[in-house]
Amino acid sequence: MADPARFADDAMEYMPSLYSAAMRMTRNPADAEDLLQETYLKAYRAYGRFEQGTNLKAWLYRILTNTYINAYRARRRRPEESDVENVEDLYLYRRLGAAGGSADGRSAEEEVLDRFTDDEVKAAIESLPEVFRIAVLLADVEGFSYKEIADITQVPIGTVMSRIHRGRRALQKALGEYGLQRGLVEAAPR
Amino acid sequence: MNDRGGANGPVGSWCGSQGAAQDGDVANCEETIHRLYFFLDGELTEDRRSAISKHLDHCGDCLDAVDFEAELRRVIADRCRDRVPEQLRDRIATALRNEQEQRA
Repeated sequence: MADPARFADDAMEYMPSLYSAAMRMTRNPADAEDLLQETYLKAYRAYGRFEQGTNLKAWLYRILTNTYINAYRARRRRPEESDVENVEDLYLYRRLGAAGGSADGRSAEEEVLDRFTDDEVKAAIESLPEVFRIAVLLADVEGFSYKEIADITQVPIGTVMSRIHRGRRALQKALGEYGLQRGLVEAAPR
Repeated sequence: MNDRGGANGPVGSWCGSQGAAQDGDVANCEETIHRLYFFLDGELTEDRRSAISKHLDHCGDCLDAVDFEAELRRVIADRCRDRVPEQLRDRIATALRNEQEQRA
């Protein structure tokens, strides 16, 4: 059992990553701030039931995700698994122009990735349908395992894998569109 | 640059190791690309992880693709950090203090 008096000390270090996740989920700062405050209050009230020594970060993400889904999904229709189109493997890699490798051993394709701005990457993630957005966020931004994501989102692990993999490919397509506008990406693969 | 099989082309045609797919020892290109996310996520059995590792030891094309996907992941994680507004930290700290006082 965790001591509620210790909650602030234990949980505050996760605020930057929870806030970033809240921003990607709600897609605007005012809602993200409300969501984060609600998450911390709920977590504080439930902290007596948190088992000390287990994964606090995952526990906080579970509260964040639940709170988001309950508060925001209710306003919209329920998202469908089919809301994201099928995109082939290596979508972006196949479309990046090769301007020649660099001296430090990184490939031309890897160099191109560095030219994507924060705003482009954030917008690409935010363009994904909700369930895919959350799965990709938890996996790629926060580095949770499939099992942890299954626990956080309370869906079967097979569904988690499918959402992560399809979401990543859809993200590549969204990034590819920004890249195309800026001439970083070729319209058709070689 | 090597041929990447086109937009919808078969991955697995960019090197000649397909034949080893089923022996459980060394993966081929097709399996490597197919399981690339599981490989990068550390979600494969030791057996399959090692089969893909061995394939990557001698297939530069697949290694480039795997490196690219790993770099993409790093870039995504890197670009998605937002600074917590100072007033939000204060607001949450105050909300927690109020909650604590109500309980006391």
